[in-house]
Amino acid sequence: MTTNGVTPILEARGLVKRYGHVTALAGSDFDLRPGEILAVIGDNGAGKSSLIKCLSGAVVPDDGEILLDGKPIQMRTPIDARAYGIETVYQTLAVSPSLDIADNLFLGREPRAPGVLGKVFRKLDRGKMRAEAKRQMSELGIMTIQDITQMVESLSGGQRQGVAVARAAAFGSKVMILDEPTAALGVKESAHVLELILKVRDSGIPVILISHNMPHVFEVADRIHIHRLGKRIAVVTPKTHTMNEVVAIMTGAAEPGAVGYDQVVKDAEREDPAHVAEALKTTTTKED
Amino acid sequence: MRGLGRRTSRMAAVGAVLALTAGFAACGDDEDEGGAAAGGDGEKVGLITKTETNPFFVKMKEGAQSKASALGLELQSFAGKKDGDNESQVAAVESLIGAGAKGILITPNNSSAIVPSVDKARQAGLLVVALDTQLEPPDAADATFATDNYQAGLLIGQWAKAKFEKEGTEAKIAMLDLNPEGVSVDVQRDQGFLEGFGIDVGDNTKIGDESDPRIVGHDVTDGAEEGGRTAMENLLQKDSGINLVYTINEPAAAGAYEAIKAAGKEKDVAIVSVDGGCPGVENVKKGIIGATSQQYPLKMAEMGVQAVADFAESGEKPQPEAGKEFIDTGVTLITDEPMDGVESKDTAFGLENCWG
Amino acid sequence: MGKLFRKLVPAPAGAGTAGGAVGAERPGGLSARIHDILHANATLGPLFVLLLAVLIFTVAADGFLEPANLSLIVQQVMVVGTLGIAQTLIILTAGIDLSVGAIMVLSSIVMAKLSADQGVPGLLALLIGFGVGTACGLVNGALVTRLRLPPFIVTLGTLNVFFALNLYYSKSETVRGVDMSDLLLWTGNTISFGDTKITYGSLIMLGLFVAFWWVLKNTAWGRHVYATGDDAEAARLSGVRTDRVLLSVYIVAGLICAVAAWMLIGRIASASPQAGGTANLDSITAVVIGGTSLFGGRGLVVGTLFGALIVGVLRNGLTLAGTDVLWQDFAVGVLIIVAVAIDQWIRKVKA
Repeated sequence: MTTNGVTPILEARGLVKRYGHVTALAGSDFDLRPGEILAVIGDNGAGKSSLIKCLSGAVVPDDGEILLDGKPIQMRTPIDARAYGIETVYQTLAVSPSLDIADNLFLGREPRAPGVLGKVFRKLDRGKMRAEAKRQMSELGIMTIQDITQMVESLSGGQRQGVAVARAAAFGSKVMILDEPTAALGVKESAHVLELILKVRDSGIPVILISHNMPHVFEVADRIHIHRLGKRIAVVTPKTHTMNEVVAIMTGAAEPGAVGYDQVVKDAEREDPAHVAEALKTTTTKED
Repeated sequence: MRGLGRRTSRMAAVGAVLALTAGFAACGDDEDEGGAAAGGDGEKVGLITKTETNPFFVKMKEGAQSKASALGLELQSFAGKKDGDNESQVAAVESLIGAGAKGILITPNNSSAIVPSVDKARQAGLLVVALDTQLEPPDAADATFATDNYQAGLLIGQWAKAKFEKEGTEAKIAMLDLNPEGVSVDVQRDQGFLEGFGIDVGDNTKIGDESDPRIVGHDVTDGAEEGGRTAMENLLQKDSGINLVYTINEPAAAGAYEAIKAAGKEKDVAIVSVDGGCPGVENVKKGIIGATSQQYPLKMAEMGVQAVADFAESGEKPQPEAGKEFIDTGVTLITDEPMDGVESKDTAFGLENCWG
Repeated sequence: MGKLFRKLVPAPAGAGTAGGAVGAERPGGLSARIHDILHANATLGPLFVLLLAVLIFTVAADGFLEPANLSLIVQQVMVVGTLGIAQTLIILTAGIDLSVGAIMVLSSIVMAKLSADQGVPGLLALLIGFGVGTACGLVNGALVTRLRLPPFIVTLGTLNVFFALNLYYSKSETVRGVDMSDLLLWTGNTISFGDTKITYGSLIMLGLFVAFWWVLKNTAWGRHVYATGDDAEAARLSGVRTDRVLLSVYIVAGLICAVAAWMLIGRIASASPQAGGTANLDSITAVVIGGTSLFGGRGLVVGTLFGALIVGVLRNGLTLAGTDVLWQDFAVGVLIIVAVAIDQWIRKVKA
């Protein structure tokens, strides 16, 4: 559904996911607009990891639908998601320490050498891999890694993050999901990663950023999706809300209807009243 | 996710494995329960061999089985999992006591460690007979039926000595033994051979303490072809003039021959061995082995079963010859090149009486 | 001495240049330098030990360094070396295979008996034997990937199953070479290079090492084997089909064991159900001494060749030098412990 003529690149409606008796997602919505960095925040147990797993193909929702460029899609495995152009950088990075940078970049999608060597013997096109890896890394401004043939395990946490991000950006992806990218990093390296995230967005790939770190969120996010009790309860922006207000909404200490919230609702109402009315119905409000 | 599907396929796999195992168990050894009602009272006799795999013990079991059927006894057989496995044999003895067997025939993996179990069996009134290998001390068993391994070595040593004297050549000897552990059969055959050849053995309970320059060296073979080949190769490297090879058994000899053949020296080297298995006697016939001492596992087993039958009937226990601690089941030198002064039989005889 | 070493051996690219790559306690200088070099090249250690052993025995034992003797050593490790390739592949995936020896013997008995007892033409018997080995590998792989049982346990079980099948089919009897087709014995035939002779089987073994070195380095499958062993979850999330990789590794290993069976027949000119008793452990020994880590993801297949050669050199050299056989086992045991300890030290990288 378009709002203001802009189709969200990735959208989810009414997602439901249950694990036995526990309902992780109770009809959650989601939308990601082109060219933006959307931060997804929520307290532990709010259901945001289930939401992300549905979007990245790691989990199949019990109900609801996911739309890519306005068309419904079905994803059963992370590989399906990748095929759709949804790339995820996991918290654990999922890089192979004993392989080198180029090998890691192309893991699972290795190019074969041309001719007989490639077709019959399945030789990898090493030269191409290295050149491409170098190009990707420099495009993203990850300049400090001198040698593409280094084993990834000799890189620092921030540099590995760089490799993982480069991998996610390298294959014509439509959406990049970053799960807690700065959680394990120090101040300096976090700053590099945040720069990287901005570069990715500027190169045309919208980013979903999951993070517990409010200062980082406020530094790079265009919009902030707040998740609570299995649903999206608010979408705010760093411009319209303060960090404290956002935390308060997230933990349920304050209603979404706090300062600035109405402004956002009014904006949205102008664009699509029916959808907003729907959303307001399902939004939790604090009972007195 | 394919939750249910995955679990079902796992259950199916486990079920299949269990079914297979049950199937194997079902069509397993019926021969163990060999109770034929041919006159006897179906008394039980147990046979516990060192391992299940060595053809020597396979033959022993066959011999015991047929004798037991002929006498109307029920044979229950057990074996260690591998050479040296004492625990399985201890468990077997206990099972047999519990099953009310009249007697136990055992080739002990560990001659001293099995003695407490053997004592228990004897106290419970069972006859215990050691086969092929004595217990430590030998009188821990009621009787022992075995090959005189020293004699076996002696015969081939004497044969080799006569051969080399006849040809007037100076011998260069390679000794291919079993393993570093100093097992009695290993020591006895090795030392018997050397004494038969006329070499001063020093302490005849130890391998390797000789200083005679005719001995090029010792190596171990694990009693198998691979070990035989590697050991022979290495000793040939040490001295390519080796012309006489003592081997612990015929598989080791076969392996040694391969090494000699690869070096092009088949005509120059004589191999002697111990065992008398059918493949080994064939090798004597072919000229691969010069002479071998044949032993009789079948006879051991049959005599053992007979002893238990006699004991069950009359309580009579077998007695060894005067001066010997065991009842000698005999050793015959098999060769197609008889030498004066050394009694032997030819390979035709060998093939009629061979095992395996 | 340290300065001289540093001049001779330049710093390996990349190591230590990334900020904080090797954390906490880094004893400076020589030790750290060696660590980095060994870390980048896991096989340098075993190669060094091999050369050292050759050097020692050249001095201590007469006739050691002759081409004929060296060729002999290669022939003696032919079977274990080949099994070692299979074992390396499996250990690289952080697994282990205790049944390689049993698969080898079963395959050898099948191909030998078909040829000797049933008169099946040599090539067909050989191929069926290969098929048996591959099928055994398939069983192992299926149990590991479907039942998700640890490879140690699976192969412990299949070891017994294959061994029992072997005894059942062979009736504990050895099949003699003279009864078999010549093709089965071909691996034991020799070819001469000038004065020295070497068996075709050894050449096949060396060829296999080269082939697998190439495959592991230059194909996607090879990279996936390393990735799966290093961190299976990471590999899976990256899109590597780890189950398929694992299954294929066990199948390939089974086939290699069958090739080793062919070599075994060539070496002992017979097929014996009692053969290969120590083959399982010997193959693991060669892999471990060769620098491949038991924890997966690290090591080169050529290291296994060095490992097998080291053991072969030890046994041959010690016999030539006239030492008691006891010391051969002792030396191998010490080598294993040293190799694993060094591997642990090398693995220590704090990024």
